[in-house]
Amino acid sequence: MRPWMARVALIPVLLWVVATLSFFLLRAVPGGPFDRERAPASREVEAALKARYHWDEPLWRQYGRYLGNVMHGDLGPSLKYRNHSVNDLLGQTVPVSLALGGMAFGVAIGLGVPLGVLAALKRGGWADYAAAGLTLVGVCVPVFVLGPLLVLVLGLWLEWFPVALWGSWQNAVLPTLTLGLYFAARVARWMREGMIEVLRSPHVQTARAKGLSETAVILRHVVPVALVPVISYTGPMLADLLTGSFVVENVFQIPGTGAFFINSFFSRDYTMMMGMVLFYSLLLQVLNLFSDLLLRWVDPRVGS
Amino acid sequence: MIPSLVQQNALVRKTGVFCCPGWWARLFESLRPGLSVRALGLVLSLGAWVLTSCSPLERADLVLHNGPEPETIDPQILTGQADGRIASALFEGLTRFNPTNGTAMPGLASHWEISGDGLTYLFFLRPEARWSTGESIEAKEVVWSWRRAVTPATAADYASQFFCIRNGRAIVNGELRDASQLGAEALDAHTVRVHLENPTPYFLELAASRVFFPIPRRAVERLGDQWIRAEPLPCSGPYQLLSWRVNDRFRLRRNPQYWDAAQVTAERIDILCGDNPSTALNLFLNGEVDLISDRKIIPGELGPELATRPDFHRFDYLGQDFIRFNTTRKPFQDARVRRAVAMALDRSRITARITRMGERPSAAVTPAGTGGYHPSAGLSYDPATARRLLAEAGYPEGRGFPAIEYTFNVGSRIYEQTGVEIQSMLREHLGIRVELRPLEWKTYLAEMSALNYDFIRGSWVGDYDDPMTFLDCFLSDSGNNRTGWKDIRYDRLLQAAAAEADPQRRLGILREAETLLVVEAVPVTGLYSHVGLYAADPRKVGGIWPNRMDEHPFFSMRRIRP
Repeated sequence: MRPWMARVALIPVLLWVVATLSFFLLRAVPGGPFDRERAPASREVEAALKARYHWDEPLWRQYGRYLGNVMHGDLGPSLKYRNHSVNDLLGQTVPVSLALGGMAFGVAIGLGVPLGVLAALKRGGWADYAAAGLTLVGVCVPVFVLGPLLVLVLGLWLEWFPVALWGSWQNAVLPTLTLGLYFAARVARWMREGMIEVLRSPHVQTARAKGLSETAVILRHVVPVALVPVISYTGPMLADLLTGSFVVENVFQIPGTGAFFINSFFSRDYTMMMGMVLFYSLLLQVLNLFSDLLLRWVDPRVGS
Repeated sequence: MIPSLVQQNALVRKTGVFCCPGWWARLFESLRPGLSVRALGLVLSLGAWVLTSCSPLERADLVLHNGPEPETIDPQILTGQADGRIASALFEGLTRFNPTNGTAMPGLASHWEISGDGLTYLFFLRPEARWSTGESIEAKEVVWSWRRAVTPATAADYASQFFCIRNGRAIVNGELRDASQLGAEALDAHTVRVHLENPTPYFLELAASRVFFPIPRRAVERLGDQWIRAEPLPCSGPYQLLSWRVNDRFRLRRNPQYWDAAQVTAERIDILCGDNPSTALNLFLNGEVDLISDRKIIPGELGPELATRPDFHRFDYLGQDFIRFNTTRKPFQDARVRRAVAMALDRSRITARITRMGERPSAAVTPAGTGGYHPSAGLSYDPATARRLLAEAGYPEGRGFPAIEYTFNVGSRIYEQTGVEIQSMLREHLGIRVELRPLEWKTYLAEMSALNYDFIRGSWVGDYDDPMTFLDCFLSDSGNNRTGWKDIRYDRLLQAAAAEADPQRRLGILREAETLLVVEAVPVTGLYSHVGLYAADPRKVGGIWPNRMDEHPFFSMRRIRP
């Protein structure tokens, strides 16, 4: 059996551990989904509500019921949003978060890689310093500052882009930049370091000695090798982009999963919380696997 | 959804490299020389293209920001005011709220008759009242809806609003199993007769509230609890539901079947849902939102500054902040200690330095002016008497006073700063040391219900414009009491007030009850009455007026064309 197959086989086990842990940990937190500012109309009304969500059953039976449903792909009803199931909420919001994360990933790679290459090739020159300055800013300015700043300048002052909401490409520009720039800066730094190291290595000298044009040397012999650290970082980066978008989603009022990250805990929406935890555990596993496989494909030395 | 070729080209031009397969292909070719990865490039560019080609929604005639995603818009189940706002765009009761002052005016019922003793109401439904799907709305459906609301299995938190109708309380409490015993009957297709337990001066306002909305029986019988997701959803209000995207927006279209459709001028309305106040403000400032209808979605720290703008409207609101004392625990077991604390608080310091929106300081529980009522003034600020009371209770100059905690919910700068202010006033005037105990919302609620606190922040928003909606929280058996205080005298006074047919005498009894509550026993002491705030540019949006109930019905709301 190949090692990646073992990892795939391990995923369900891991999900089970995550589900079990989060199920019981959440129940240990004080306050519950049915603690509300207004007391229910009567004890009977309260009992009816709890019975509807099987809250009146012993915990082990609730746990069994939950696992059974999850195995059938049913994450249960949301305890806060009374007209939505967790599947329904995730189905509506996950594509939005994936789209935003995907586009930000595009910005991170599409901006970070060329910037890193440029900085390495013009090392010590103005381009290098400019790139270094940009990446420093990108890494240091947090998303919750950058977002409102972009909104203020590009949205409210210049009126180039809408300040929030989701629905057209114009809406996507500011949140994508906000989310992507930080990662672009990190990618640029990784790329620059990688390039500088590779440029010094003997195989580059050989390539030059063979009489290859400098462009060919850079594109065929330097960039691919320098990309290795960037690629090994793509898995965690994608994970960060997809999970870390809740601040951006909140600032730009984007209907992604971000709102549920925090709110489902604050409202003790246990089923929604569990749904999020399970979904993102699965996503992280798959992404890590993906980046490992990608790395192996780019650099045959890995894993052989 | 799929743009034409011309649009596609325009999109590629606009969005640049990400939509271009060649760009991705070159990038990947450089990764792995000699291998063509066009397929991957194609996929990525296609992804970028799909994302960018979602056709933008056309702007609605009127765009409202309503705060967080509603928990539900089912009128029988919802409890939040913001949730109710959406429901009231889609459904209507026998009466509806007058947009200028929040009182009841004819809705699905064109008129009504009230018996001399105030106990029997005859409502005459409009024969032309219809669901948006075409079926007529008849008296039987109204009665059926109300019976469903009081049935405990429906789990309607607001079923208590039916306590004023004969047998309502017994059915909700599970003492009467048969919901058809509810004192409401259909005399013919268009007449509903209601028998009340007590003369209830605010019953016409209740009939306009969400839980009294008739709901479409056929949809409910088909879909049960989830009837609100029916497509199409039968609506009785000025608008019907076009789409509902979670955490984004409700899109509504004018309901041509609405009996008063002639008044409704906006063809489409968007109700946005989001929980970031700064974002809501940005959307309002750049004109993408015409109306911010909820104070909670206006940045609190900017409130006092925003309130001076011509497009922000401030009004006295039917809500009150107060402090609950845990009367089951030392030291607040002793009414003298509770009174001492209540008298050591200079409430105007809180409203002048912290809330700063023109809130009225008040030691009562009922906001002034509720239903023409003048609440008991409560215990006024009097540090000398407070010190004397504390000494009488055995703590002269605060000596020997146990360490106590003031509990409040986090999430607002105001609650925290109020805690600090209370802390300093009690130290200054009574020599008492108070620790602050901030709790996250659900923990706060659980601790308050479990009486696991010393004294705690509380607040209440009235359901109807009458002191009863505040005062009945502190009945001995009320789930909203949460102080451990029980007094049979108080319960009897409220009972007597409910049975009193003369409005002035009734208010007099209520005042007596409130005096017992906030002057004598003091399980609770008021801090200040709430101020409401909404944002709407009067040059752009018409048909809404500030009112105590914060009711802004959709039928009158309109966009003023430039």
